[in-house]
Amino acid sequence: MNSFTFTRARTIADALRSARGDVKFLAGGTTLVDLMKLDVERPAGIIDLNALPLAEVRRTPDGGLHIGALARNSDVAHHPDVVRDYPLLSQALLSGASVQLRNMASTGGNLLQRTRCVYFRDAAMACNKRSPGSGCAAIGGFNRNLAILGTSAHCIATNPSDQNVALTALEATVHVTGSNGERSVPIGDFYLLPGQTPERETILEPGDLVTSVTLPPPAPGAGSTYVKLRDRASFEFALASAAVVVTIKGGVMQRARVAMGGIATKPWRNLDVEAALEGQPATRERFADAAQILLSDAKPQSRNGFKVELAKRCLVHALSVATAVT
Amino acid sequence: MASHEFRTDRVEVAFTVNGKPVGLAVDPRATLLDTLRDELGLTGTKKGCDHGQCGACTVHVNGRRVNSCLSFAATHEGAAIDTIEGLGTPDNLHPMQRAFVELDGYQCGYCTPGQIMSAVALLAEPCGESDAEVAECMSGNVCRCGAYQNIVAAIQSVRKENAT
Ligand SMILES: Cc1cc2nc3c(=O)[nH]c(=O)nc-3n(C[C@H](O)[C@H](O)[C@H](O)COP(=O)(O)OP(=O)(O)OC[C@H]3O[C@@H](n4cnc5c(N)ncnc54)[C@H](O)[C@@H]3O)c2cc1C
Ligand code: SF4
Ligand code: FES
Ligand code: FES
Repeated sequence: MNSFTFTRARTIADALRSARGDVKFLAGGTTLVDLMKLDVERPAGIIDLNALPLAEVRRTPDGGLHIGALARNSDVAHHPDVVRDYPLLSQALLSGASVQLRNMASTGGNLLQRTRCVYFRDAAMACNKRSPGSGCAAIGGFNRNLAILGTSAHCIATNPSDQNVALTALEATVHVTGSNGERSVPIGDFYLLPGQTPERETILEPGDLVTSVTLPPPAPGAGSTYVKLRDRASFEFALASAAVVVTIKGGVMQRARVAMGGIATKPWRNLDVEAALEGQPATRERFADAAQILLSDAKPQSRNGFKVELAKRCLVHALSVATAVT
Repeated sequence: MASHEFRTDRVEVAFTVNGKPVGLAVDPRATLLDTLRDELGLTGTKKGCDHGQCGACTVHVNGRRVNSCLSFAATHEGAAIDTIEGLGTPDNLHPMQRAFVELDGYQCGYCTPGQIMSAVALLAEPCGESDAEVAECMSGNVCRCGAYQNIVAAIQSVRKENAT
Protein backbone atom coordinates (compact mmCIF):
# COMPACT_ATOMS: atom_id res chain seq x y z
CA MET A 1 0.00 0.00 0.00
CA ASN A 2 1.29 3.52 -0.81
CA SER A 3 1.81 5.91 2.09
CA PHE A 4 -0.69 8.71 2.59
CA THR A 5 -1.54 11.55 4.95
CA PHE A 6 -4.33 10.79 7.37
CA THR A 7 -6.86 13.41 8.44
CA ARG A 8 -9.64 13.01 10.97
CA ALA A 9 -12.48 15.31 9.94
CA ARG A 10 -14.39 16.72 12.93
CA THR A 11 -17.00 18.65 10.94
CA ILE A 12 -18.37 18.64 7.40
CA ALA A 13 -16.62 21.96 6.76
CA ASP A 14 -13.39 20.30 7.91
CA ALA A 15 -13.85 17.41 5.52
CA LEU A 16 -14.55 19.72 2.58
CA ARG A 17 -11.60 21.97 3.43
CA SER A 18 -9.23 18.99 3.57
CA ALA A 19 -10.57 17.53 0.33
CA ARG A 20 -7.98 19.10 -1.97
CA GLY A 21 -5.85 17.24 -4.45
CA ASP A 22 -5.58 13.50 -4.68
CA VAL A 23 -7.50 12.55 -1.52
CA LYS A 24 -10.25 10.06 -0.74
CA PHE A 25 -12.95 10.10 1.88
CA LEU A 26 -13.01 7.03 4.13
CA ALA A 27 -16.27 5.69 5.58
CA GLY A 28 -16.54 1.96 6.35
CA GLY A 29 -13.43 1.23 4.30
CA THR A 30 -14.78 -2.04 2.94
CA THR A 31 -14.22 -0.91 -0.65
CA LEU A 32 -11.44 1.62 -0.21
CA VAL A 33 -9.10 -0.31 2.13
CA ASP A 34 -9.64 -3.46 0.05
CA LEU A 35 -8.62 -1.63 -3.14
CA MET A 36 -5.71 0.20 -1.49
CA LYS A 37 -4.26 -3.17 -0.48
CA LEU A 38 -4.43 -4.17 -4.14
CA ASP A 39 -2.77 -0.88 -5.26
CA VAL A 40 -5.88 -0.17 -7.32
CA GLU A 41 -6.59 2.93 -5.21
CA ARG A 42 -3.46 4.96 -4.35
CA PRO A 43 -4.68 8.20 -2.76
CA ALA A 44 -2.11 10.70 -1.42
CA GLY A 45 -4.45 11.48 1.46
CA ILE A 46 -7.29 9.89 3.39
CA ILE A 47 -9.98 11.92 5.15
CA ASP A 48 -11.69 9.85 7.83
CA LEU A 49 -15.39 10.75 7.85
CA ASN A 50 -16.40 8.49 10.71
CA ALA A 51 -16.70 11.23 13.35
CA LEU A 52 -19.13 13.32 11.25
CA PRO A 53 -22.77 13.54 12.38
CA LEU A 54 -24.13 11.94 9.22
CA ALA A 55 -25.51 8.63 10.50
CA GLU A 56 -29.10 9.68 11.15
CA VAL A 57 -32.15 7.92 9.68
CA ARG A 58 -35.34 9.97 10.11
CA ARG A 59 -38.65 10.84 8.47
CA THR A 60 -38.75 13.89 6.21
CA PRO A 61 -41.59 16.44 6.54
CA ASP A 62 -43.23 15.09 3.35
CA GLY A 63 -43.45 11.55 4.79
CA GLY A 64 -40.35 10.31 3.02
CA LEU A 65 -37.11 9.14 4.63
CA HIS A 66 -33.72 10.76 5.17
CA ILE A 67 -30.77 8.33 5.36
CA GLY A 68 -27.46 9.91 6.41
CA ALA A 69 -24.41 9.03 4.31
CA LEU A 70 -22.76 7.38 7.33
CA ALA A 71 -25.80 5.30 8.33
CA ARG A 72 -24.47 1.73 8.30
CA ASN A 73 -26.03 -0.82 5.97
CA SER A 74 -27.09 -3.03 8.91
CA ASP A 75 -28.72 -0.12 10.77
CA VAL A 76 -30.66 0.94 7.68
CA ALA A 77 -31.71 -2.65 6.92
CA HIS A 78 -33.15 -3.13 10.41
CA HIS A 79 -34.55 0.38 10.88
CA PRO A 80 -38.28 -0.02 11.68
CA ASP A 81 -39.34 2.63 9.14
CA VAL A 82 -37.32 0.95 6.39
CA VAL A 83 -38.66 -2.51 7.27
CA ARG A 84 -42.25 -1.22 7.27
CA ASP A 85 -42.30 1.30 4.41
CA TYR A 86 -39.38 0.36 2.15
CA PRO A 87 -38.99 -3.40 2.71
CA LEU A 88 -37.23 -3.95 -0.62
CA LEU A 89 -34.37 -1.70 0.56
CA SER A 90 -34.05 -3.80 3.69
CA GLN A 91 -34.11 -7.01 1.61
CA ALA A 92 -31.52 -5.65 -0.82
CA LEU A 93 -29.15 -4.60 1.96
CA LEU A 94 -29.51 -7.90 3.81
CA SER A 95 -28.80 -9.84 0.62
CA GLY A 96 -25.44 -8.08 0.27
CA ALA A 97 -22.06 -8.97 1.78
CA SER A 98 -21.95 -10.36 5.37
CA VAL A 99 -23.11 -9.10 8.77
CA GLN A 100 -19.58 -7.89 9.62
CA LEU A 101 -19.29 -5.96 6.35
CA ARG A 102 -22.80 -4.50 6.68
CA ASN A 103 -21.91 -3.29 10.19
CA MET A 104 -19.04 -1.31 8.62
CA ALA A 105 -20.43 -0.36 5.19
CA SER A 106 -22.12 3.03 4.95
CA THR A 107 -24.93 4.28 2.72
CA GLY A 108 -22.61 6.73 0.95
CA GLY A 109 -19.79 4.22 0.56
CA ASN A 110 -22.19 1.66 -0.88
CA LEU A 111 -23.40 4.21 -3.45
CA LEU A 112 -19.76 4.58 -4.55
CA GLN A 113 -18.50 1.00 -4.28
CA ARG A 114 -16.40 -0.08 -7.25
CA THR A 115 -16.89 -2.92 -9.70
CA ARG A 116 -15.85 -6.50 -8.90
CA CYS A 117 -14.41 -6.98 -12.42
CA VAL A 118 -11.37 -9.19 -11.72
CA TYR A 119 -9.14 -7.22 -14.12
CA PHE A 120 -10.01 -3.92 -12.44
CA ARG A 121 -8.85 -5.48 -9.16
CA ASP A 122 -5.54 -6.74 -10.61
CA ALA A 123 -3.08 -3.88 -11.17
CA ALA A 124 -1.09 -6.00 -13.67
CA MET A 125 -3.97 -6.25 -16.17
CA ALA A 126 -5.22 -3.90 -18.89
CA CYS A 127 -8.21 -1.96 -17.60
CA ASN A 128 -9.54 1.33 -18.94
CA LYS A 129 -11.41 2.04 -15.74
CA ARG A 130 -8.31 1.76 -13.53
CA SER A 131 -5.80 2.98 -16.07
CA PRO A 132 -7.51 4.91 -18.91
CA GLY A 133 -6.30 3.94 -22.37
CA SER A 134 -4.76 0.63 -21.30
CA GLY A 135 -7.52 -1.51 -22.86
CA CYS A 136 -10.11 -3.87 -21.44
CA ALA A 137 -8.98 -7.39 -20.56
CA ALA A 138 -12.55 -8.40 -19.71
CA ILE A 139 -13.77 -8.15 -23.30
CA GLY A 140 -13.11 -11.67 -24.53
CA GLY A 141 -11.78 -12.62 -21.07
CA PHE A 142 -13.42 -13.69 -17.81
CA ASN A 143 -16.65 -11.72 -18.02
CA ARG A 144 -19.18 -14.11 -16.51
CA ASN A 145 -20.07 -11.55 -13.80
CA LEU A 146 -20.05 -8.51 -16.07
CA ALA A 147 -22.66 -6.46 -17.90
CA ILE A 148 -24.89 -7.05 -20.91
CA LEU A 149 -26.61 -3.64 -20.79
CA GLY A 150 -25.07 -0.16 -20.91
CA THR A 151 -21.64 -1.43 -21.99
CA SER A 152 -19.21 0.27 -24.37
CA ALA A 153 -16.20 -0.86 -26.38
CA HIS A 154 -14.12 0.50 -23.48
CA CYS A 155 -15.69 -1.14 -20.44
CA ILE A 156 -18.30 -3.79 -19.61
CA ALA A 157 -18.07 -3.69 -15.81
CA THR A 158 -21.17 -4.01 -13.62
CA ASN A 159 -22.11 -1.79 -10.72
CA PRO A 160 -22.15 -4.60 -8.13
CA SER A 161 -24.37 -2.99 -5.47
CA ASP A 162 -27.66 -4.38 -4.18
CA GLN A 163 -28.57 -1.22 -2.24
CA ASN A 164 -28.29 0.98 -5.33
CA VAL A 165 -30.78 -1.16 -7.27
CA ALA A 166 -33.41 -0.78 -4.53
CA LEU A 167 -32.69 2.97 -4.25
CA THR A 168 -33.19 3.29 -8.02
CA ALA A 169 -36.59 1.56 -7.94
CA LEU A 170 -37.52 3.79 -4.97
CA GLU A 171 -36.51 6.92 -6.94
CA ALA A 172 -34.09 8.12 -4.27
CA THR A 173 -32.32 11.48 -4.34
CA VAL A 174 -28.61 11.81 -3.52
CA HIS A 175 -27.60 14.94 -1.61
CA VAL A 176 -24.10 16.26 -2.21
CA THR A 177 -22.06 19.12 -0.84
CA GLY A 178 -18.82 20.39 -2.32
CA SER A 179 -16.87 23.43 -3.35
CA ASN A 180 -19.79 24.46 -5.59
CA GLY A 181 -22.26 24.33 -2.69
CA GLU A 182 -25.04 21.83 -2.11
CA ARG A 183 -27.00 19.98 -4.73
CA SER A 184 -29.55 17.19 -4.92
CA VAL A 185 -29.40 14.67 -7.73
CA PRO A 186 -32.04 12.06 -8.63
CA ILE A 187 -30.34 8.67 -8.45
CA GLY A 188 -31.29 8.10 -12.11
CA ASP A 189 -28.92 10.95 -13.03
CA PHE A 190 -26.19 10.08 -10.50
CA TYR A 191 -24.44 7.24 -12.36
CA LEU A 192 -22.75 7.61 -15.75
CA LEU A 193 -22.51 5.08 -18.55
CA PRO A 194 -18.91 4.01 -19.25
CA GLY A 195 -18.79 5.33 -22.84
CA GLN A 196 -15.23 6.43 -23.57
CA THR A 197 -14.54 7.42 -19.95
CA PRO A 198 -15.21 4.37 -17.72
CA GLU A 199 -13.02 5.93 -15.01
CA ARG A 200 -15.87 8.42 -14.42
CA GLU A 201 -18.67 6.53 -12.69
CA THR A 202 -20.84 9.29 -11.21
CA ILE A 203 -21.52 13.00 -11.61
CA LEU A 204 -19.49 13.72 -8.44
CA GLU A 205 -16.64 16.20 -8.83
CA PRO A 206 -13.38 15.77 -6.89
CA GLY A 207 -13.92 16.76 -3.27
CA ASP A 208 -17.72 16.29 -3.37
CA LEU A 209 -19.14 14.78 -0.20
CA VAL A 210 -22.34 12.74 -0.21
CA THR A 211 -24.26 13.84 2.89
CA SER A 212 -27.48 11.83 2.61
CA VAL A 213 -29.96 9.96 0.48
CA THR A 214 -33.67 10.71 0.68
CA LEU A 215 -36.61 8.58 -0.36
CA PRO A 216 -40.01 9.91 -1.44
CA PRO A 217 -43.03 8.84 0.66
CA PRO A 218 -43.85 5.15 0.16
CA ALA A 219 -46.35 4.43 -2.62
CA PRO A 220 -49.62 3.62 -0.81
CA GLY A 221 -50.75 0.02 -1.16
CA ALA A 222 -47.80 -0.98 -3.35
CA GLY A 223 -46.33 -4.48 -3.41
CA SER A 224 -42.57 -4.72 -3.70
CA THR A 225 -39.63 -7.08 -3.54
CA TYR A 226 -35.93 -7.51 -4.20
CA VAL A 227 -34.85 -10.74 -5.89
CA LYS A 228 -31.15 -11.59 -6.14
CA LEU A 229 -29.77 -14.51 -8.16
CA ARG A 230 -26.18 -15.60 -7.58
CA ASP A 231 -23.74 -18.48 -7.68
CA ARG A 232 -24.24 -19.44 -4.03
CA ALA A 233 -27.00 -18.85 -1.49
CA SER A 234 -25.23 -16.21 0.58
CA PHE A 235 -22.26 -13.80 0.69
CA GLU A 236 -22.02 -13.43 -3.08
CA PHE A 237 -22.61 -10.66 -5.60
CA ALA A 238 -25.63 -10.74 -7.92
CA LEU A 239 -25.51 -12.27 -11.38
CA ALA A 240 -28.93 -10.69 -11.85
CA SER A 241 -31.20 -8.88 -9.43
CA ALA A 242 -34.51 -7.05 -9.64
CA ALA A 243 -36.10 -4.41 -7.41
CA VAL A 244 -39.77 -3.81 -8.18
CA VAL A 245 -42.54 -1.67 -6.69
CA VAL A 246 -46.02 -2.22 -8.18
CA THR A 247 -49.42 -0.78 -7.30
CA ILE A 248 -52.41 -2.83 -8.48
CA LYS A 249 -56.08 -1.83 -8.65
CA GLY A 250 -58.67 -4.33 -9.82
CA GLY A 251 -56.01 -6.67 -11.17
CA VAL A 252 -54.47 -3.90 -13.29
CA MET A 253 -51.00 -2.48 -12.65
CA GLN A 254 -51.44 1.25 -12.05
CA ARG A 255 -47.84 2.14 -11.31
CA ALA A 256 -44.66 0.11 -11.75
CA ARG A 257 -41.06 0.88 -10.87
CA VAL A 258 -38.41 -1.58 -11.97
CA ALA A 259 -34.63 -1.52 -11.46
CA MET A 260 -32.15 -4.26 -12.29
CA GLY A 261 -28.72 -5.10 -10.88
CA GLY A 262 -25.89 -7.46 -11.82
CA ILE A 263 -26.52 -7.11 -15.55
CA ALA A 264 -25.71 -3.48 -16.31
CA THR A 265 -22.96 -0.90 -15.99
CA LYS A 266 -25.11 1.15 -13.62
CA PRO A 267 -28.24 0.41 -11.57
CA TRP A 268 -30.56 -0.12 -14.53
CA ARG A 269 -33.93 1.47 -15.05
CA ASN A 270 -35.71 1.44 -18.41
CA LEU A 271 -38.88 3.55 -18.56
CA ASP A 272 -40.20 1.49 -21.51
CA VAL A 273 -40.31 -1.54 -19.22
CA GLU A 274 -42.45 0.30 -16.69
CA ALA A 275 -44.70 1.71 -19.45
CA ALA A 276 -45.22 -1.84 -20.75
CA LEU A 277 -46.52 -2.90 -17.33
CA GLU A 278 -48.67 0.09 -16.40
CA GLY A 279 -52.30 -0.24 -17.44
CA GLN A 280 -51.88 -3.99 -18.04
CA PRO A 281 -53.31 -6.89 -16.05
CA ALA A 282 -50.85 -8.43 -13.59
CA THR A 283 -50.18 -11.71 -15.39
CA ARG A 284 -47.04 -13.68 -16.15
CA GLU A 285 -47.58 -13.04 -19.87
CA ARG A 286 -47.44 -9.26 -19.38
CA PHE A 287 -44.43 -9.64 -17.07
CA ALA A 288 -42.69 -11.65 -19.80
CA ASP A 289 -43.47 -8.93 -22.37
CA ALA A 290 -41.81 -6.37 -20.11
CA ALA A 291 -38.79 -8.64 -19.60
CA GLN A 292 -38.48 -8.96 -23.38
CA ILE A 293 -38.32 -5.18 -23.70
CA LEU A 294 -35.76 -4.95 -20.88
CA LEU A 295 -33.37 -7.32 -22.66
CA SER A 296 -34.09 -6.26 -26.25
CA ASP A 297 -30.79 -4.41 -26.67
CA ALA A 298 -28.70 -6.72 -24.48
CA LYS A 299 -25.14 -7.29 -25.72
CA PRO A 300 -23.93 -10.57 -24.26
CA GLN A 301 -20.17 -11.01 -23.91
CA SER A 302 -18.15 -14.20 -24.53
CA ARG A 303 -19.05 -15.82 -21.19
CA ASN A 304 -22.23 -14.17 -19.92
CA GLY A 305 -24.85 -14.98 -22.56
CA PHE A 306 -26.79 -16.89 -19.90
CA LYS A 307 -27.62 -13.56 -18.25
CA VAL A 308 -30.19 -12.68 -20.94
CA GLU A 309 -32.49 -15.51 -19.90
CA LEU A 310 -31.51 -15.25 -16.22
CA ALA A 311 -32.43 -11.55 -16.09
CA LYS A 312 -35.79 -12.21 -17.79
CA ARG A 313 -36.67 -14.89 -15.29
CA CYS A 314 -35.43 -12.74 -12.43
CA LEU A 315 -37.75 -9.89 -13.43
CA VAL A 316 -40.77 -12.13 -14.08
CA HIS A 317 -40.26 -13.80 -10.71
CA ALA A 318 -39.87 -10.47 -8.88
CA LEU A 319 -43.04 -9.08 -10.47
CA SER A 320 -44.92 -12.28 -9.59
CA VAL A 321 -43.84 -12.01 -5.96
CA ALA A 322 -44.62 -8.29 -5.68
CA THR A 323 -48.09 -8.71 -7.21
CA ALA A 324 -48.78 -12.14 -5.61
CA VAL A 325 -49.40 -13.70 -9.04
CA THR A 326 -48.55 -17.40 -9.20
CA MET B 1 -12.33 21.72 17.02
CA ALA B 2 -9.93 21.81 14.08
CA SER B 3 -9.30 18.71 12.07
CA HIS B 4 -6.24 16.68 12.90
CA GLU B 5 -3.99 16.18 9.95
CA PHE B 6 -1.09 13.79 10.43
CA ARG B 7 1.76 14.59 8.09
CA THR B 8 4.25 12.51 9.99
CA ASP B 9 4.37 8.82 9.24
CA ARG B 10 2.67 7.97 12.56
CA VAL B 11 -0.82 8.71 13.85
CA GLU B 12 -1.72 8.87 17.53
CA VAL B 13 -4.70 6.74 18.47
CA ALA B 14 -6.18 5.67 21.82
CA PHE B 15 -8.77 2.95 22.33
CA THR B 16 -9.47 0.12 24.74
CA VAL B 17 -8.77 -3.51 23.96
CA ASN B 18 -10.62 -6.00 26.13
CA GLY B 19 -11.28 -3.18 28.58
CA LYS B 20 -7.64 -2.05 28.89
CA PRO B 21 -6.69 1.43 27.63
CA VAL B 22 -4.13 1.39 24.82
CA GLY B 23 -2.34 4.39 23.31
CA LEU B 24 -0.33 3.91 20.14
CA ALA B 25 1.41 5.83 17.39
CA VAL B 26 0.48 3.76 14.35
CA ASP B 27 1.41 3.85 10.69
CA PRO B 28 -1.83 5.10 9.07
CA ARG B 29 -1.67 2.07 6.74
CA ALA B 30 -1.83 -0.36 9.68
CA THR B 31 -5.08 -2.28 9.84
CA LEU B 32 -6.72 -2.99 13.17
CA LEU B 33 -5.91 -6.67 12.52
CA ASP B 34 -2.17 -6.11 12.08
CA THR B 35 -2.10 -3.71 15.02
CA LEU B 36 -3.73 -6.24 17.35
CA ARG B 37 -1.42 -9.02 16.24
CA ASP B 38 1.90 -7.26 15.67
CA GLU B 39 1.82 -4.27 18.04
CA LEU B 40 -0.26 -5.69 20.88
CA GLY B 41 0.68 -9.37 20.62
CA LEU B 42 -2.95 -10.47 20.49
CA THR B 43 -2.54 -13.22 17.92
CA GLY B 44 -5.89 -14.92 18.65
CA THR B 45 -7.44 -12.83 15.89
CA LYS B 46 -6.45 -14.50 12.62
CA LYS B 47 -5.63 -13.30 9.12
CA GLY B 48 -7.23 -15.45 6.43
CA CYS B 49 -7.85 -13.46 3.27
CA ASP B 50 -7.03 -9.88 4.37
CA HIS B 51 -9.90 -8.69 2.09
CA GLY B 52 -13.16 -9.04 4.01
CA GLN B 53 -13.99 -12.39 2.46
CA CYS B 54 -13.42 -14.96 5.23
CA GLY B 55 -14.23 -13.54 8.70
CA ALA B 56 -11.12 -14.98 10.44
CA CYS B 57 -10.29 -11.44 11.61
CA THR B 58 -13.69 -10.76 13.23
CA VAL B 59 -13.53 -8.59 16.38
CA HIS B 60 -16.09 -6.41 18.14
CA VAL B 61 -15.87 -2.63 17.88
CA ASN B 62 -18.24 -0.89 20.29
CA GLY B 63 -20.10 -4.19 20.60
CA ARG B 64 -20.53 -4.82 16.87
CA ARG B 65 -18.69 -7.45 14.89
CA VAL B 66 -16.49 -6.16 12.07
CA ASN B 67 -13.69 -7.40 9.81
CA SER B 68 -10.54 -5.96 11.40
CA CYS B 69 -8.59 -6.53 8.17
CA LEU B 70 -10.53 -3.80 6.30
CA SER B 71 -10.28 -1.20 9.02
CA PHE B 72 -7.38 1.18 9.65
CA ALA B 73 -6.41 1.21 13.35
CA ALA B 74 -6.13 5.00 13.19
CA THR B 75 -9.90 5.29 12.63
CA HIS B 76 -10.74 3.75 16.02
CA GLU B 77 -10.02 6.73 18.29
CA GLY B 78 -12.04 6.24 21.49
CA ALA B 79 -13.46 2.84 20.48
CA ALA B 80 -13.96 -0.21 22.70
CA ILE B 81 -12.40 -3.20 20.94
CA ASP B 82 -12.97 -6.76 22.06
CA THR B 83 -11.04 -9.78 20.83
CA ILE B 84 -11.17 -13.50 21.49
CA GLU B 85 -8.56 -13.05 24.27
CA GLY B 86 -11.06 -10.94 26.23
CA LEU B 87 -13.87 -13.46 25.99
CA GLY B 88 -12.66 -16.22 28.29
CA THR B 89 -9.58 -18.12 29.43
CA PRO B 90 -8.76 -21.83 29.19
CA ASP B 91 -9.81 -22.16 32.86
CA ASN B 92 -12.85 -19.98 32.53
CA LEU B 93 -14.31 -20.42 29.07
CA HIS B 94 -17.07 -18.19 27.72
CA PRO B 95 -20.23 -20.29 27.17
CA MET B 96 -19.75 -19.98 23.41
CA GLN B 97 -16.14 -21.21 23.65
CA ARG B 98 -17.30 -24.14 25.79
CA ALA B 99 -20.07 -24.99 23.30
CA PHE B 100 -17.58 -24.99 20.37
CA VAL B 101 -15.35 -27.40 22.33
CA GLU B 102 -18.17 -29.67 23.49
CA LEU B 103 -19.94 -29.82 20.12
CA ASP B 104 -16.82 -30.03 17.89
CA GLY B 105 -17.42 -26.66 16.24
CA TYR B 106 -13.99 -26.79 14.57
CA GLN B 107 -11.31 -29.04 13.15
CA CYS B 108 -8.04 -27.17 12.50
CA GLY B 109 -9.22 -24.20 14.58
CA TYR B 110 -7.92 -21.44 12.32
CA CYS B 111 -11.32 -19.88 11.64
CA THR B 112 -12.54 -20.50 15.20
CA PRO B 113 -11.72 -17.20 16.95
CA GLY B 114 -13.56 -15.35 14.18
CA GLN B 115 -16.45 -17.83 14.29
CA ILE B 116 -16.79 -17.41 18.05
CA MET B 117 -16.62 -13.61 17.94
CA SER B 118 -19.31 -13.66 15.24
CA ALA B 119 -21.41 -16.19 17.16
CA VAL B 120 -21.34 -14.14 20.38
CA ALA B 121 -22.37 -11.00 18.47
CA LEU B 122 -25.09 -12.88 16.57
CA LEU B 123 -27.01 -13.73 19.75
CA ALA B 124 -27.52 -10.00 20.37
CA GLU B 125 -28.48 -9.21 16.75
CA PRO B 126 -31.86 -9.31 14.99
CA CYS B 127 -31.13 -12.77 13.56
CA GLY B 128 -33.86 -15.40 13.22
CA GLU B 129 -33.74 -18.55 15.34
CA SER B 130 -33.87 -21.33 12.74
CA ASP B 131 -30.70 -23.19 11.74
CA ALA B 132 -31.02 -21.72 8.25
CA GLU B 133 -31.25 -18.18 9.61
CA VAL B 134 -28.25 -18.73 11.89
CA ALA B 135 -26.26 -20.11 8.95
CA GLU B 136 -27.17 -17.01 6.92
CA CYS B 137 -26.06 -14.70 9.76
CA MET B 138 -22.76 -16.64 9.91
CA SER B 139 -22.10 -16.52 6.15
CA GLY B 140 -19.30 -13.99 6.64
CA ASN B 141 -17.25 -16.66 8.45
CA VAL B 142 -15.80 -19.23 6.11
CA CYS B 143 -14.51 -22.57 7.43
CA ARG B 144 -12.22 -24.48 5.08
CA CYS B 145 -12.60 -27.58 7.27
CA GLY B 146 -16.35 -27.44 6.81
CA ALA B 147 -17.36 -27.51 10.47
CA TYR B 148 -20.50 -25.55 9.63
CA GLN B 149 -23.08 -27.97 11.03
CA ASN B 150 -21.45 -28.13 14.43
CA ILE B 151 -20.87 -24.38 14.49
CA VAL B 152 -24.61 -23.84 14.06
CA ALA B 153 -25.27 -26.51 16.72
CA ALA B 154 -22.93 -24.74 19.17
CA ILE B 155 -24.68 -21.41 18.63
CA GLN B 156 -28.12 -23.00 19.06
CA SER B 157 -27.04 -24.70 22.28
CA VAL B 158 -25.89 -21.39 23.79
CA ARG B 159 -29.11 -19.72 22.66
CA LYS B 160 -31.10 -22.44 24.49
CA GLU B 161 -28.92 -22.12 27.61
CA ASN B 162 -29.50 -18.34 27.62
CA ALA B 163 -33.26 -18.84 27.28
CA THR B 164 -33.51 -21.01 30.40
C1 LIG C 1 -16.17 -9.64 0.55
C2 LIG C 1 -17.15 -8.58 0.17
C3 LIG C 1 -18.42 -8.94 -0.27
C4 LIG C 1 -19.34 -7.97 -0.61
N1 LIG C 1 -20.57 -8.35 -1.07
C5 LIG C 1 -21.47 -7.41 -1.46
C6 LIG C 1 -22.75 -7.76 -1.97
O1 LIG C 1 -23.10 -8.95 -2.05
N2 LIG C 1 -23.59 -6.77 -2.34
C7 LIG C 1 -23.24 -5.45 -2.25
O2 LIG C 1 -24.05 -4.59 -2.60
N3 LIG C 1 -22.04 -5.08 -1.79
C8 LIG C 1 -21.16 -6.02 -1.40
N4 LIG C 1 -19.92 -5.64 -0.95
C9 LIG C 1 -19.53 -4.24 -1.06
C10 LIG C 1 -19.89 -3.40 0.15
O3 LIG C 1 -21.30 -3.26 0.22
C11 LIG C 1 -19.21 -2.05 -0.03
O4 LIG C 1 -17.82 -2.24 0.07
C12 LIG C 1 -19.67 -1.03 0.97
O5 LIG C 1 -21.04 -0.74 0.83
C13 LIG C 1 -18.87 0.26 0.83
O6 LIG C 1 -19.20 1.14 1.89
P1 LIG C 1 -18.05 1.70 2.85
O7 LIG C 1 -18.68 2.66 3.78
O8 LIG C 1 -17.26 0.61 3.45
O9 LIG C 1 -17.19 2.50 1.76
P2 LIG C 1 -15.67 2.97 1.75
O10 LIG C 1 -14.79 1.85 1.38
O11 LIG C 1 -15.34 3.75 2.97
O12 LIG C 1 -15.77 4.01 0.53
C14 LIG C 1 -16.08 3.58 -0.79
C15 LIG C 1 -15.88 4.76 -1.74
O13 LIG C 1 -16.83 5.78 -1.47
C16 LIG C 1 -16.19 7.00 -1.13
N5 LIG C 1 -17.02 7.58 -0.08
C17 LIG C 1 -17.46 6.96 1.06
N6 LIG C 1 -18.31 7.76 1.72
C18 LIG C 1 -18.42 8.90 0.99
C19 LIG C 1 -19.18 10.11 1.14
N7 LIG C 1 -19.99 10.30 2.18
N8 LIG C 1 -19.06 11.06 0.20
C20 LIG C 1 -18.24 10.89 -0.87
N9 LIG C 1 -17.50 9.77 -1.06
C21 LIG C 1 -17.60 8.79 -0.16
C22 LIG C 1 -14.78 6.61 -0.72
O14 LIG C 1 -13.88 7.65 -0.98
C23 LIG C 1 -14.52 5.41 -1.60
O15 LIG C 1 -14.10 5.81 -2.87
C24 LIG C 1 -18.99 -6.60 -0.54
C25 LIG C 1 -17.73 -6.22 -0.08
C26 LIG C 1 -16.81 -7.19 0.27
C27 LIG C 1 -15.46 -6.77 0.76
S1 SF4 D 1 -14.67 -4.29 -17.92
FE1 SF4 D 1 -14.13 -2.22 -17.25
S2 SF4 D 1 -13.32 -2.62 -15.22
FE2 SF4 D 1 -13.21 -4.60 -16.28
S3 SF4 D 1 -11.19 -4.67 -17.33
FE3 SF4 D 1 -12.64 -3.77 -18.77
S4 SF4 D 1 -12.34 -1.57 -18.45
FE4 SF4 D 1 -11.55 -2.55 -16.62
S1 FES E 1 -8.88 -11.79 7.14
FE1 FES E 1 -10.45 -10.31 7.38
S2 FES E 1 -12.13 -11.26 6.39
FE2 FES E 1 -10.49 -12.59 5.91
S1 FES F 1 -11.91 -25.33 11.67
FE1 FES F 1 -10.42 -25.32 10.08
S2 FES F 1 -11.05 -23.59 8.91
FE2 FES F 1 -12.68 -23.82 10.30
